[in-house]
Amino acid sequence: MTQTRVYLDAGGRAPLHPAAREAFLAALDSGWADPRRLHSEGRRARHLLDAARAEIAAELGCRVEELHLTPGHTASLHTAVLSMAAGRRRAGSVVVSSAVERAAVLAAARQVDPGGLLVPVDAAARVDLDAWAQAVARPGVALAALQHANGEVGTRQPVRQAVEACREVGVPLLVDAGASVGHEDVGDAWDVLAADPADWGAPAGIGVLAVRSRVRVRPVLPEDEDPWAPGGVSVPLAVAAAAALRAALTDRADADDRRRGMISDLRRSISAVRDVDVLGDPEDRLPHVLTFSCLYVDGESLVDALDRRGFAVGSGSACTSSTLEPSHVLAAMGALTHGNVRVALARETTIDDVERFAAAVGPAVDSVRAMLGAGEL
Amino acid sequence: MIVDARGLRCPLPVIRLAAAARDLAPGDQVEDRWTDVAARHDIPAWARMRGHTVLETQSLEEGWSTTVQIGAPAP
Repeated sequence: MTQTRVYLDAGGRAPLHPAAREAFLAALDSGWADPRRLHSEGRRARHLLDAARAEIAAELGCRVEELHLTPGHTASLHTAVLSMAAGRRRAGSVVVSSAVERAAVLAAARQVDPGGLLVPVDAAARVDLDAWAQAVARPGVALAALQHANGEVGTRQPVRQAVEACREVGVPLLVDAGASVGHEDVGDAWDVLAADPADWGAPAGIGVLAVRSRVRVRPVLPEDEDPWAPGGVSVPLAVAAAAALRAALTDRADADDRRRGMISDLRRSISAVRDVDVLGDPEDRLPHVLTFSCLYVDGESLVDALDRRGFAVGSGSACTSSTLEPSHVLAAMGALTHGNVRVALARETTIDDVERFAAAVGPAVDSVRAMLGAGEL
Repeated sequence: MIVDARGLRCPLPVIRLAAAARDLAPGDQVEDRWTDVAARHDIPAWARMRGHTVLETQSLEEGWSTTVQIGAPAP
């Protein structure tokens, strides 16, 4: 019997939203010209680009002048950290970040300041607020970075309290909302906000960075008309990003309830599998993300065993990454780093998909344990 | 008791340790030697899940060694 594939690895690369596809194709026809040119074709592309920026700005609750498009989420985070640090050079060069920030934030922070401050997290990956407040109050801090929610394990961060601690000492806060925007309201507790269109169903290849006008930033790239995306961004991608965001927000409340319920059910059924640690906060979390680690199993074989059963999932285990280092998020939480499976439900995921997946996990785990001679441990 | 899992990829250092721990009594100690860096996180996580205690981790000439004390069996 052939069953359809179930795609449960939507974090950072969701299936293309039909509205994004439609808008992208239309903009290939009408917005292909260089928006920096002054002729009619160029002006038409400029008009589409401006409209897309205005729409994304409105959805994020910022002014259009504060909204920048970049070549992608990683580029957004790199440029944000570097230009915020450059803007605060006189204050110091220390970058404070939670230990579970995205690798792009940590890499950029290390470039600014190899001895940067990593604030520890609890077993659910939530940042320690007392340690955070102490860290940002230290002398010489240029900026702080805290994600809105962790895309690997789903746990929301206390950004409201974190931004208050930063404001008390005048330190600007970068909030990586790459796993949240499109799925839930990210509020206004940020100075610089990065969002990832590919995560909400737009094509990859474009990023969103909102920089409050009160934040002092300095360009770090060679001079260009567009300092946040040298050479400019693709107009069709910008149009598709705005269209997908509009579509995602239109039914966000429904999608949120539905996926939140499916993840709760999945958490319960996966917890029943022997020697499996279900990670992250069970309630204060993203609606669509679940991560668990299975004892005596290697992540690569497990991803493979699930793939053969028709399910595409992610993993933070070392053997599934090119670096041979396990996920720094799992390590910071004190969680088991091997046998890790990361599920991010797509908007299209059905209850039937999730139930079939829940039923497949136990046998897949057993098969890998048996292969490794760990069936009876 | 010593388990030498150096050169083995994750999760084998934990699997070998668990196999050795099965025959030990509460209070006994077992030393696991490893080179795969995932073991640094995974031995403590395994110990937590199984009710054992990590006593120490030391670096060796080649790799590291982690000593675990066996806990009481789960009720």
